[in-house]
Amino acid sequence: MNSQWIAVIITSILCYAIKYIGHAIPEIWLSHPRVQRITNLIPIVLLSALVAMQAFTTKTKFIVDHRLAGIAVALIALKAKLPFPAVVIGAMATSAIVYRLKI
Amino acid sequence: MVTGMGQNIGVSVKRDSLSVGLAVGAAGVAFGAVAVADHFTVAQACFLSFVLFSGASQFSLVAVMSSGGSALSAIVTGAFLGGRNGLYGVRMAQILKLKGAKRALAAQITIDESTGVSIAQTNHEDQVTAFWYTGFGVFVFWNLFTLLGALGAKAIGDTSAWGLDVASPAIFCAVLFPRLKERKLLIASVLAFIWALSITEVVPAGVPIISTVVIAAIVGWK
Repeated sequence: MNSQWIAVIITSILCYAIKYIGHAIPEIWLSHPRVQRITNLIPIVLLSALVAMQAFTTKTKFIVDHRLAGIAVALIALKAKLPFPAVVIGAMATSAIVYRLKI
Repeated sequence: MVTGMGQNIGVSVKRDSLSVGLAVGAAGVAFGAVAVADHFTVAQACFLSFVLFSGASQFSLVAVMSSGGSALSAIVTGAFLGGRNGLYGVRMAQILKLKGAKRALAAQITIDESTGVSIAQTNHEDQVTAFWYTGFGVFVFWNLFTLLGALGAKAIGDTSAWGLDVASPAIFCAVLFPRLKERKLLIASVLAFIWALSITEVVPAGVPIISTVVIAAIVGWK
């Protein structure tokens, strides 16, 4: 089995286990304010770092390219309170146009 | 979409829940396409949508591995991002009060949308209805659209020419954006962004992402 399948299967099992444990544990365990603050921040920092990697690196090298235009349009669309599909499609279209123009 | 719910009991809750399911589930087309663009197979994309069933974890898993990260860093990142579903589970358990097989089934569809639409309802009956209808609605459409997206991406070849390389970061921007009004969350987000980019060339792939948990601990400590 290749490493992709291993990651796919193990992450799937872990993510289900996390969902199930949430349903099964007493709420008091997570009620400490510090635990709540940190668990609230964890998805935020992970997703922020993920955006940085996906938009500005290629194989771990820092690179600014057509993707910057796409992300800029996404942020403008979000600022303008456009609906979710408009944000994503606007970003994709812009990025694709810039990519094609450069070639 | 979610606002103004719960005025006509039953029917409108079901209709609104299913429309959330369709709208969100349609984003599965992006996941299927991104997964294939990142060199995962159609079967792997479908397996993730069916068994893992949590958008952020699914996108992160394929993104980490396609940027050269190890299986371990993909697993750790995916599991961390799935962490909030556990917190949703804690909340939903109090509303649903289930045991055995029904609890096991409810756990699988405990995600952002099913929890969000449920807790937006004003009475208990609607909360339960909204959870199941939204959860299953998203599940069915997300899986259907994942398959379509994966097959579509296989057919189009150079995914950058279609903007698919920016679909996933744009989706995460949209997820993050409304939450960054809170000052601490904004600070943590910016720090994580800068931190990840500043170390990416000197550490193994995956580390720039996972290591930001330290930033969460520092910013959230007080």
